[in-house]
Amino acid sequence: MAVSTLIRDTRYAFGQNPLTLMAAILFVFLVACALLGPTLVPYDPLASDAMARMQPPSLGHPFGTDSLGRDMLSRTIVATRLDLGMAVFAVALSFVVGTAMGAVAGYLGGWMDKVIGRIFDTIMAFPLFVLAMGIVAALGNSVINIVIATAVINLPFYGRFARAEVNVRRDLAFIEAARMGGNGPMSVMARHIVPNILPPMMVQISLNMGWAILNAAGLSFIGLGVRPPEPEWGIMVSEGAAYIFSGEWWTFVFPGMALVLAVFCFNLLGDGLRDMIDPRRRT
Amino acid sequence: MKAGLMRATHPAEAAAAHGVPLLEVDRLTLDFATRGGRVKALDQVGFTLDRGQILGLVGESGSGKSVTAFAIMDLLDQAARIETGQIRFTGIDLLARKRRALKELRGREIAMIFQSPRTALHPIRKVGHQIEDVLRAHSSVPPGLRRQKAIEALERVRIPDPARRYEAYPFELSGGMCQRVMIAMALSADPSLLIADEPTTGLDVTTQAVIMDLIRDLVRESGMSVLLITHDLAMAGEYCDRIAVMHAGHIVETAPAHLLLREPAHPYSAKLIAATPAKAASIEALAAIPGNLPDLRQPQPPCRFSTRCERHRPDCDQPPLDAARLGQDHLVLCRHPL
Amino acid sequence: MIVLRRLAEAVPSLVGVVIVTFLLSHALPGDPAAYFAGPAANAESVAEVRRTLGLDRSLPVQFGYYLLDLAKGDLGHSLTTGQPVTSDLLQRLPASMELTLAALIVAIAVALPLGIVAALRPNSLADHFCRLTVTIGAAFPTFFVGLLLVYLLYFKLGLVPQPLGRLDEIYFTPPPTVTGFYLIDTLLNGDVDAFRAALSQLILPAVSLALFAMAPLARMTRAAMLTALGSDFVRTARANGLPARKVIFTYALRSAMLSIVNVMGMVFSFLLGSNVLIEQVFGWPGIGAYAVSAVIASDYAAVQGFVLMMAILYVLLNLAVDLAATAIDPRVRFES
Repeated sequence: MAVSTLIRDTRYAFGQNPLTLMAAILFVFLVACALLGPTLVPYDPLASDAMARMQPPSLGHPFGTDSLGRDMLSRTIVATRLDLGMAVFAVALSFVVGTAMGAVAGYLGGWMDKVIGRIFDTIMAFPLFVLAMGIVAALGNSVINIVIATAVINLPFYGRFARAEVNVRRDLAFIEAARMGGNGPMSVMARHIVPNILPPMMVQISLNMGWAILNAAGLSFIGLGVRPPEPEWGIMVSEGAAYIFSGEWWTFVFPGMALVLAVFCFNLLGDGLRDMIDPRRRT
Repeated sequence: MKAGLMRATHPAEAAAAHGVPLLEVDRLTLDFATRGGRVKALDQVGFTLDRGQILGLVGESGSGKSVTAFAIMDLLDQAARIETGQIRFTGIDLLARKRRALKELRGREIAMIFQSPRTALHPIRKVGHQIEDVLRAHSSVPPGLRRQKAIEALERVRIPDPARRYEAYPFELSGGMCQRVMIAMALSADPSLLIADEPTTGLDVTTQAVIMDLIRDLVRESGMSVLLITHDLAMAGEYCDRIAVMHAGHIVETAPAHLLLREPAHPYSAKLIAATPAKAASIEALAAIPGNLPDLRQPQPPCRFSTRCERHRPDCDQPPLDAARLGQDHLVLCRHPL
Repeated sequence: MIVLRRLAEAVPSLVGVVIVTFLLSHALPGDPAAYFAGPAANAESVAEVRRTLGLDRSLPVQFGYYLLDLAKGDLGHSLTTGQPVTSDLLQRLPASMELTLAALIVAIAVALPLGIVAALRPNSLADHFCRLTVTIGAAFPTFFVGLLLVYLLYFKLGLVPQPLGRLDEIYFTPPPTVTGFYLIDTLLNGDVDAFRAALSQLILPAVSLALFAMAPLARMTRAAMLTALGSDFVRTARANGLPARKVIFTYALRSAMLSIVNVMGMVFSFLLGSNVLIEQVFGWPGIGAYAVSAVIASDYAAVQGFVLMMAILYVLLNLAVDLAATAIDPRVRFES
């Protein structure tokens, strides 16, 4: 696709759907928070202040303070890096491993295909969040293991997709030509097949990001992975929930809304990307 | 029931009594809104259909035959806009009437059957129940008798062992059987007009003849009229009383079937006849008509066939172009007919 | 016949599930015995656990023992409750099932009409509303929705009782267990007040849980209805002058149901997963809340028992979905 068509399509997609434009802006904002968060915030997210405990939102503390007097705004912004980071690493891992497995299965076929297909089927035989809980419990309660668990439960989505795409393309003329030109399977796949399935994969990645964020935050919400006092949205909501019956809503609403915004942003981006890549599949 | 379309005096009989044709399509002009602009799908389309007759509407795919039928049935999608014209059924203009009044007509007075009968029936509902659905919508058959009536409807279209077929799902029946079921459904309310949109497309040659024979027999039995839409001029010649040839949204020629096949006046009709396998003297003559249908999003010359016509002359592009009467029942839209 | 075949098709999934749960509990990177013994164990008790669980044997042998135990319904003992994990789970299962089914009903009751209306008038106000609801619903984490609803409806407005379990046991006594579902058991017991109380406790968690499951359901309903409404057989039904209701429900919706039933698997995956979070928020005494406390307490056997039970439940629900699809579609039935 020529760059100019891409720009035109992009402009068309934004024009058609202002929500996608909004999501793109939100995306830039989230990335900025993740990269620059700690240098932007007014307070140290870990610094407690016994004099300023449980203060409602004010000019000094726009999001209020928590039970230890920590500034909620600072904590919410700083948490962006960890929350997005967990999701990005999980999705990247899932994408690389899942695509490789699916591509191998689709390209080679035979028993390899059967074994890999069975692995994906088995993962899908679990309610995914429950499997993630089991994996974290088994591997140990750490952030790395949350990333691994989130990656594992997403493997089948990439794997099956890659397998189907490779299967379709395996016998196309230009692939055949590359193979006759003496390229081995790995080289054919890396140079000719994978680049061609990247655009539809981008849609999957974006939609997956939202779900990965939810998953990681859900695991921290029930006390897995991230340990206090580390700021992270899931655990902050969980800490804030303790004060719900005394009406101190700000302690859980702001980190919760940050989660919603992040997930919303990636879901919308995914929808927008899908419209851009394949306008017919609009639903 | 709605006033003016009462069943008590059969509208077709009433129309015949007053010398009014059953169906008149009059200067129908219709556009489609698409991304690439407005498609002028029908331009001044007109024809009449008398009681008990079969009229063939013949043309290539994309010529506007089905759009005309859909306009009569009010099945056009939202992108379509009727610019001008009338569709008169028993003298009453359907386009001037409210949607609600049309609902009463659909399925009761005017019924329609479609191509690809296997996908045109509900895939997971027993065919007997589908016929009963139509009976329930249009007649006062008491619930206890509906099953019997549905089986009779199957019998009427010569389906062997109708009581057993009543229980069948479409996927258990052949394409020909499915088309008979669709005909049975269409006829279950005794319509006076049946629109058959390519009813034999997708069926094998033997079944095609069987279905067309069935339709002709049913016309003779019931006295209804049929608007047969087809791209197969030879078939239209065999079964129709009159034929209207369509090209790119125009009716280019209307004539009695035998006359049109013997002495076509429009170059396009002649080309279509030359392209039918039976008439083709050799394989070469079977060649398709040169050129494609014009792009109807662009402004068109008065004669939309001019770009494909070997007899094209400069004065062909002078507007206006009106249909010329060659005989009592022979109209042609051409300045230089054959 | 077809039921047997579907059952047979579920077997590989079950085998996979059992192998994975075994690997999760026996092929750990660290010392499984230490995990099972719990955080408070000393070297001696770890060795004791290793012996009793057979963790000193080879992996295949351990798998054999694992299967034997499973066949006996033995999932080990919970460190926190001191009870067999199986009986702990079975005792809490009805609470979770009642919540999940209630959420499913709510989700279907909202998502189906929403999707149908959106499909009937694409790009209308109703369609945009549907899309907006679905997109927002999909972005809200269940636990956060639950907390928001608790804050607004309980704390601010006082419309619902305090979210502490299935029944306010200060004023009501739980009904004698027949089905384990409070909504049914209270009625069987003729206790209408307890039924109302149980219902008022159930509404909020069920709605919170349903909100997330609505998204895929409404999306699929809209898409499947759009396809069905544009199909040849709906055109035939219209041409035959069938009433709009007949066309929409008997013709379009019935065939759309096939695709809708096919997303039920995903919906169940969402519901069972989010169930854990919602039980945590609402103090719901189900297996999810049990698993969360087990995870926190590193109560190993309990967590793995929970994962296994959820997976088996999920496989069975998928089986039920398959059977439902078979019942709807005569084509599948006739294939065999």
